[in-house]
Amino acid sequence: MSAFFILVGISMMVAGSFLAAFIWSVSSGQYDDDYTASVRMLWDNPPAGAKKNDK
Amino acid sequence: MQESPTQQTCYHCGDACTEHIKANGLQFCCNGCRQVYLLLQENGLCGYYDLQQVPGIKVRGRFAGNRFNYLDDETMQKRLSSFNTDTQVNIIFSLPQIHCSSCIFLLEQLNKIEPGIISSQTNFERKEIFISYDPRLISLKKLVQLLAFVGYEPDINQEASTGRPKRSYNRGAIAALGVAGFCFSNIMMLSFPEYFSGGEIEEPWLKQTFSYIILALSIPVLLYSSAAIFKSAFKGLRQGMINIDAPIALAILMGFGRSYYEIITGTGAGYLDSATGIVFFMLVGRWFQNKTYNALSFDRQYKSYFPLGVSVINNNKEENIPVTRLKIGDRIVIRNEEMVPADAVLLEGKACIDYSFVTGEQEAVRIEAGAMVQAGGKQKGSAVYLRVVKEPSQSYITQLWNNDIFSKEKNQDQSFIHPWSRYFTAVLLSIAFLTALFWAWHDPSKLLTAVTAVLIVACPCSLLLSATFTYGNMLRIFGRNKLFLKNAAVIEAVAGITDIVFDKTGTITQTGKASIQFKGQPLSIEEREKVRQAATQSAHSLSKALAGPYESSEAVGYIDAFEELPGEGLTASWGAASVKLGSNGYVRGLPAGKLSTAAEVHVKIDDAYRGYYEIQQVYRPGMGPMAADLLPFNLHVLSGDNDSEKANLQHLFGTDIPMKFAVSPQQKLNYVKELQGQHASVMMLGDGLNDAGALKQANAGIAISNDAARFTPACDAIMDGTVLHQLGAFIRFAKSGRAIVLASFILSILYNIIGLSFAVQAKLSPVVAAILMPASSISIILFVTLCSSAVAHRLGLGKN
Repeated sequence: MSAFFILVGISMMVAGSFLAAFIWSVSSGQYDDDYTASVRMLWDNPPAGAKKNDK
Repeated sequence: MQESPTQQTCYHCGDACTEHIKANGLQFCCNGCRQVYLLLQENGLCGYYDLQQVPGIKVRGRFAGNRFNYLDDETMQKRLSSFNTDTQVNIIFSLPQIHCSSCIFLLEQLNKIEPGIISSQTNFERKEIFISYDPRLISLKKLVQLLAFVGYEPDINQEASTGRPKRSYNRGAIAALGVAGFCFSNIMMLSFPEYFSGGEIEEPWLKQTFSYIILALSIPVLLYSSAAIFKSAFKGLRQGMINIDAPIALAILMGFGRSYYEIITGTGAGYLDSATGIVFFMLVGRWFQNKTYNALSFDRQYKSYFPLGVSVINNNKEENIPVTRLKIGDRIVIRNEEMVPADAVLLEGKACIDYSFVTGEQEAVRIEAGAMVQAGGKQKGSAVYLRVVKEPSQSYITQLWNNDIFSKEKNQDQSFIHPWSRYFTAVLLSIAFLTALFWAWHDPSKLLTAVTAVLIVACPCSLLLSATFTYGNMLRIFGRNKLFLKNAAVIEAVAGITDIVFDKTGTITQTGKASIQFKGQPLSIEEREKVRQAATQSAHSLSKALAGPYESSEAVGYIDAFEELPGEGLTASWGAASVKLGSNGYVRGLPAGKLSTAAEVHVKIDDAYRGYYEIQQVYRPGMGPMAADLLPFNLHVLSGDNDSEKANLQHLFGTDIPMKFAVSPQQKLNYVKELQGQHASVMMLGDGLNDAGALKQANAGIAISNDAARFTPACDAIMDGTVLHQLGAFIRFAKSGRAIVLASFILSILYNIIGLSFAVQAKLSPVVAAILMPASSISIILFVTLCSSAVAHRLGLGKN
């Protein structure tokens, strides 16, 4: 049964690191704007000088 | 997209093209759009046009010249920027034009166009852009000019420049919610052995270890997450009232206190799972209800409407200075479409001032030299010179804001459940007292157990949850239907109203949109342009309706002679050619009377009568049925305009409702106040600065807007003009909210009775509490959300 000590300890550490990550993401402002980033990630970075004129 | 071979649409903004302006085989409606396209193409930003169809914004009016000169002012720069060094300046602009992913694409790659921009980041929901730039490479003025050029002119106003108010996007609340959720779920998990073994875990050290881990996990919830609840309860107590948070805070204290006692003395497992659960669900409720519309502003001051810069004549030199530096005696220049920033006297020029924003009057006023021009009026026509006689903050229009009503906060009390919580607390305490008496008599050893259990179980968290989730869901449903409420308290204000006051101009009518029909011999493009030019010269409201957009840029020349007979008509001539507009009598010399209300403007071109324009003010669609729908309420119409539309209004609203015309902003406010004096609860609907006082005074002030992100006066709610006809449904929906909350109260009281029946018998085991608490919370959340959505659907406000 002493395995519980280790397992509970590990699970708390894993869960705790997620909590820390969550608090960091909130305080760094990632939840302030939940729309723009979803658009931004879809852009291609066109190679320099390339022009898109397919319309 | 309607596209016909004869009419093409602009590649940039999507407007119809009447001329042939082309670049790279693409069609543009005007040179401005073409210029923007070329600029983007040059910098490899054509992705702008791939993300969305016709994303561009047509640049209206002139923007070049010295309009942004006041931005060269050093103090102005300091006030606008959030960070300022010699090599980097950070600044946040509000750009109400942001509307699609293409906007974000362009705005975030501005540094490709202008290398002086270090980075730019948009916030779509707030319609803001954060720019950091190098002041050695680009000046603030140039930056703003660039933004204006590509169609995103920043909304810079006095309010933004005097200490940027921090928008309350509460990061702390989200973090507190996350911590509570984390601790709650882990405590639940660690409590499972306790539940399943029926409290009989064989290894005592294991049981103890779990208990202490649970205790450790609960501490952040008590000290950090629940702080908001304790603060609110404490604030209520200090003001001498018991709000709904007080019994909740009591339950939390009892739950934690008793659990800590049991764990430390080793007498039991405690109720920490339920206690942290209460905190978690309460915080979820708060978060759900505090839906905010970041891009909207519900508390605009008059300062938001006034320009920041003004041209001043100093030693015969024109200089652009911030309005705040304007002094009495300054000579200022106001050009076409510019706003007069302070009360002033006209020195020279043809002043034709449009006060529609200030008073609601639709007809512009001609002003003679030497007469007063009030702040807030817009000049229509050529430039005029004025001398300032009052400081901007002392102007007639700004005095409205000195009224006490603007310093008062309203619709701040949380909900009608707050007054009830006093009774709830009284009942709760008396049950606890009776339980204590009973056990003191029968078995004093169980007294403490039973009393604390009563206080924990009877926690009104499900009552509060039902209200927060009902109103939170309703706010979202209203928002989907383009009625944006400031907060949940407004729903209750709307539900209680008895009287509805409408403003006319811009509220029931659509400003700037008159239906114009020409009856007679059709006019050529050139002739229409002549009519347009002639009409531009006049300030009459009918002329203004005719003075629409350019028909053609092909010059028809400048008007040589112009003559107007007020209230009758006008004659304009280009050499030998002439245009005569006006009443039947004026144009044809027939013995007809004045212009009628369903106005006709007769047209004579070069001595040949061609027919007449029929001009009708356009009422928003569905006003008649809306008025019929609102029969249970007392309707009123107030208008700053004259009574020329009275007959039409009576046709729509009926003849027996009170209508007042030519009322000043102050009179509107007083009218609402008088109604309230007769125990009426008033809803005011208005659109302009002239309604601001009445909107603020009314129990529920709703600003009507055609573009919610743009100008709206201080109000409780912003409504898109296109959904005004649904007002009856909105009010009924708001009323249903109270019924839903009451129904869920009954449900939650049932849960409380079950829980209390365990508690008073001193039989409340942690397992029962742990099942009862989340089950009641979740079922109540489901109940109210489904109910409010079902009611919305029935009223036609469902998803469409």
